Amino acid sequence: MQDFTQHLINGISLGSIYALIALGYTMVYGILQLINFAHSDVYMMGAFAAYYVARTLGIETSPGVGTLAILLIAAMVACSVLGLTIERFAYRPLRKAPKLNILITAIGVSLFLQYTAQVVFGADPKVFPTVLENVTLIEFGGVELKSLDVAVLAVTVLFMLALNFLIYKTKLGKAMRATSSNMNVAAMMGVNTDRVIAFTFIVGSSLAGVGSVLVGMKYPKIDPLMGMMIGLKAFVAAVLGGIGSIGGAVLGGLIMGLSEEMVVGYVSSTYRDALAFGILIVILIFRPSGLLGKNSVEKV
Amino acid sequence: MRLLLSILVALPLLAACTKKTDEIKIGHYGSLTGSEATFGLSTKEGIDLAVDELNAAGGIKGKKVKVIHLDDQGKPEEAVSVVTRLIEQENVIALLGEVASSRSLAAAPIAQAKKVPMLTPSSTNPKVTEVGDFIFRACFIDPFQGVVMAKFAADNLKFKKVAVLRDVKSDYSVGLADVFVEEFKKTGGTITTDSSYQSGDVDFKAQLTQMKSKNPDAIFIPGYYTEVGLIARQTRELGIKAVLLGGDGWDSPKLSEIGQSAINGGYFSNHYSTESTDPAAIEFMSKFKAKYNKSPDGLSSVAYDATRMLLKAIENSDLTPQSVRDQLAAIKEFQGATGKISINEKRDAVKSAVVVQVEGVNNKFVTTVNP
Repeated sequence: MQDFTQHLINGISLGSIYALIALGYTMVYGILQLINFAHSDVYMMGAFAAYYVARTLGIETSPGVGTLAILLIAAMVACSVLGLTIERFAYRPLRKAPKLNILITAIGVSLFLQYTAQVVFGADPKVFPTVLENVTLIEFGGVELKSLDVAVLAVTVLFMLALNFLIYKTKLGKAMRATSSNMNVAAMMGVNTDRVIAFTFIVGSSLAGVGSVLVGMKYPKIDPLMGMMIGLKAFVAAVLGGIGSIGGAVLGGLIMGLSEEMVVGYVSSTYRDALAFGILIVILIFRPSGLLGKNSVEKV
Repeated sequence: MRLLLSILVALPLLAACTKKTDEIKIGHYGSLTGSEATFGLSTKEGIDLAVDELNAAGGIKGKKVKVIHLDDQGKPEEAVSVVTRLIEQENVIALLGEVASSRSLAAAPIAQAKKVPMLTPSSTNPKVTEVGDFIFRACFIDPFQGVVMAKFAADNLKFKKVAVLRDVKSDYSVGLADVFVEEFKKTGGTITTDSSYQSGDVDFKAQLTQMKSKNPDAIFIPGYYTEVGLIARQTRELGIKAVLLGGDGWDSPKLSEIGQSAINGGYFSNHYSTESTDPAAIEFMSKFKAKYNKSPDGLSSVAYDATRMLLKAIENSDLTPQSVRDQLAAIKEFQGATGKISINEKRDAVKSAVVVQVEGVNNKFVTTVNP
């Protein structure tokens, strides 16, 4: 039982990070039906932005909530600018082109970012500054709840609530939902769809920025290829939950995080990824559109 | 315009044709970038020091030695292509590399097929030299490292229960873990859990939580420094007090940068310690400090020794790959900075190992173990 509780804490903490990144995939897909492969590299760039900001400001040795806030803002700004640039120069010119072209462009942008980062930052891993002191908050029966896990969860929940408010309670959110439902009709109703799409990229990318700081804080090793595996898993989480669905991304992320931890804890550490992806296959066989996805019929 | 183009096309061809005969070319392939970049860079420093020394003293038979360093980015498939390039295009007489056994194993069949001798300074997996009679190593092998750490845990530290956490993606780590498990059981100890991860993972809490309930005295992690640093932190985060043990893959300044205080007190087996009192080691350390203004790590030291062994073999040879191979095979009682090295019939080096303890960026010498 003690083990189980600890696995549960670890899994939720890991899953909430997957969820944050999965949101970026799902939001872009919801609007453009595009799998934005560059998203995981925007996330990586966010981690490096936070790293260099921390070093320039000299706050890497003064952990605290203030440092966390500064780094979160830095990573969010950097990721938004990058996401916006990618949308404007790589995806928007291809808006009318077949879907496959823009997908391949996304893969190209992803590789471009990975290898540019290797040249600019160097390929050896960097040590992310200590953002928060990691102290034990509660200990009961050998299970420890650490401040980092709580902080990760708190930041994730906070940003998810903010996102929910944005999408369902604001005019812009309504425009996003309209564009997602039918871009042409939304445009006819006076929605500036280009601006809505750009805004979607800003929101999705800044969530990746938040994720990158949380990951850097929890696993303080960052390198130019750090986005690959976590991006793949977050993408799987998005598909698992139903791509295009906001709630689905969160649910998918948590399922991925928890199943990984439980698989390693109780089955076999060697098959961590294999079993995690196996769960995906099983779920998709029975629910092809994902857990919370809408079953849409393709009209010919 | 067409003439200009054809000249441009022909230029590199011409350059390739004009072979310089006044220099001897050695190829080095290594992870100069990538997640194990410090391995390749440390090795390069050791090689350059040995070669510069030799060239300053007049080279071999009046010819200067030139090392061509190529980067394999820490990927086995890249190692294959750069080694092919070194042999086919650069016409090297011998190869130095790699640190990681996975990359050495990927490139060794090419060196063997082209009959160019390859000397790995620090790949410890036994399979590397089993590839063929042109593959040599200048370091001890995993079974020896596994035996050293198992004995050290049982005899010196008096441990009875040890958990193992291995990197399944690395031939080095799996080989070392297997030997450790076997040897530690022979001493009467128990392996409480034997779990694994993959290089590149960042979260190890599930494995560690599983270990925690069995309450081991120590955790043996024969991995590379980037993951070991993270594992150490997460071990302490989960409140596990067990001592951490490992192999020469820990040997990097980045280990304590990533692991911070969590890694302090851990023990690992290594090729060499900066606290060694051997005169050859002291001489090497002062030369290294003079050139690079820092202390050498274990990998620089073995790379230095490997390069000097190779240069000696080249000096004794008639400058063909075949005779360099024969001379390498004949090396006995070579006095290197890391101790006396002999090449045995399996083309492995027979030499001693040290156990060191991590203390911040420095490693404290604990004991020497002879073969």
